[in-house]
Amino acid sequence: MQNDAQWQLDTRLTGEDSLEIIIGGRWCIDANPPASGILFDALDGRIRRMRFDTAGLTDWDSGLLTFLASVLKTCAQRDIAADTTGLPPGARRLLAMAMAVPEQKVAGRDKGPQGMFAQVGTTTLEFLRDGPKMLYFLGEIIQSLLRLLTGRARFRRRDLWLEIEEVGPRALPIVSVISFLVGLILAYLGADQLRLVGAQIFIADLVAIGMVREIGALMTGIIIAGRTGAAFAAQLGTMQVSEEIDAYKTLGIPPVDFLVLPRILALMLMVPLLTLYSGFIGMFAGLLVSVTIFDIGVFEYYTETLRALEFKHFFVGLSKGTVYGAMIAFAGCLRGMQCGRSAEAVGRAATSAVVTAILLITVAASIMTIVYYQLDI
Amino acid sequence: MAESSGTPHIEVSDLTIGYGDFVVQRGLDFVVNKGDIFVIMGGNGCGKTTLMRALIGLQRPLQGSVRYSGEDFWGASEEDRQRLKHRLGVLFQSGALWSSLTLADNVALPIAEYTNLSQTRIDEIVSFKLALVGLAGFEDFYPSELSGGMKKRASLARAMALDPDILVIDEPSSGLDPLTAKRLDELIVELRDSLGTTFVVVTHELASILSIGNNSIYLDAETHTMIPTGNPQEALKTGHPKVRHFLTRGAA
Repeated sequence: MQNDAQWQLDTRLTGEDSLEIIIGGRWCIDANPPASGILFDALDGRIRRMRFDTAGLTDWDSGLLTFLASVLKTCAQRDIAADTTGLPPGARRLLAMAMAVPEQKVAGRDKGPQGMFAQVGTTTLEFLRDGPKMLYFLGEIIQSLLRLLTGRARFRRRDLWLEIEEVGPRALPIVSVISFLVGLILAYLGADQLRLVGAQIFIADLVAIGMVREIGALMTGIIIAGRTGAAFAAQLGTMQVSEEIDAYKTLGIPPVDFLVLPRILALMLMVPLLTLYSGFIGMFAGLLVSVTIFDIGVFEYYTETLRALEFKHFFVGLSKGTVYGAMIAFAGCLRGMQCGRSAEAVGRAATSAVVTAILLITVAASIMTIVYYQLDI
Repeated sequence: MAESSGTPHIEVSDLTIGYGDFVVQRGLDFVVNKGDIFVIMGGNGCGKTTLMRALIGLQRPLQGSVRYSGEDFWGASEEDRQRLKHRLGVLFQSGALWSSLTLADNVALPIAEYTNLSQTRIDEIVSFKLALVGLAGFEDFYPSELSGGMKKRASLARAMALDPDILVIDEPSSGLDPLTAKRLDELIVELRDSLGTTFVVVTHELASILSIGNNSIYLDAETHTMIPTGNPQEALKTGHPKVRHFLTRGAA
């Protein structure tokens, strides 16, 4: 193929109302042939017939075909009779194929971007519809739990253990690092304030109660929301894309039983355990800081911690962990099951799962803190 | 243009494909001429798709060479391989349309990437390609809004966006109704006749094999090697017993 040869286009009047279009040279896409406008812009209104002379054509591909397709289309619109016999036979056949199926006119398909008000409106409506959808999904899960309690829910025990392993032991490294650092921060923060009243030993109380009661659960919740909640949404979303969820439905297996239940149970079991673990790691960090930096004795710190830690603190921490776990699994599975059928939708589902989980965790944490305060726990 | 010009376009010699120690097919030797519709047939799991992946640069063969117009594909530098790939159009078995792009964007992406045409020209080409596969007017649809057969046709439109010299098609008519499948076969023959495109069609659809192929090989899953079968019509009458068995659905 030689690139130097260029396309040529010429017209010749062959009568009062008929035009011959002379197409020559090389009409390939990479030769950048012209658009059909070049022909019609200069066209005399009297022209009623058109024919083609392609004797000088050396090489062609879609570059010629797209040009001819739009020429023929415009001819049809303007009532110009186009005689295609002068075209290469292959081009005529391909053009006929392209014209064989009429263009689909799909009604009510919005093409352009929405205006600002329309966007605000749809977003608001979507947000308002989200609440009932969440409640509906919650209802499905509760039904499924009831089926589980009466021994009628079906899921594979193996799935539950796999989830437990995935969300529990495999999260230990990241939970350890974060909890250690948060414990360290708490100890420094406490030391700074308590030094003012000369009560540095109370670092132990601050770290112990803080980690066990609130921060252990909160940190674990946020880590697991990012790590596991997003994974749940992506897994279920991908299953939605590849019709795996539909396959469960057609088998008469409720996907909520089979897919959501093991995930919720796994998180409700493992997040409180991770919370407990996080609390101990945080206290260990507090001990390390107090002993090495603030000259508090190991035994002193230990007895002060024991004195501070009442059972109720463990209860608060564990209950929060359980609730957070349920929230994360709920958000992850909800967004996964709501996922659309494209790669982009899976991404949105994962993002939305994390955002929803953290929102739910924060709301739940506030409510529980107020309730526990009122109950004096 | 003539049916088959007789100039070699793709030459495969002594090719062994597989995964690690696991050999799927060995000793593959065949030549695809310019303007051929070359059918790679064989039962499920015989390595058809693996061979296709070796031809289009997705999986390095364990041994042997693939040459495009005399140029060694796997022996070439990464840059040369990229250049050779531009002349290849691929239609994947499941379509592999980009799900977050509209059909128009799917077809336009390779054109916008490898040419410097104006947007209007690109739009024209896109509309024409979609019309050619019977999807005129579906420019603004997303793949998830289409039926399986429409997705297949849309991905053919994408595969031929740049008028490639070689179109490699994995299972063109699977999931299509007989009439649509026939139209697709006609389109393949038409593109070959008028644009001189070389086709490599990986398939086990008997109707397609017999109606469009002018040269073929059969990949045997048991012996892990190929049987050259030539024109499928003749293979049906006088070919290797295994191939005849396959082409007659076990009747011969």
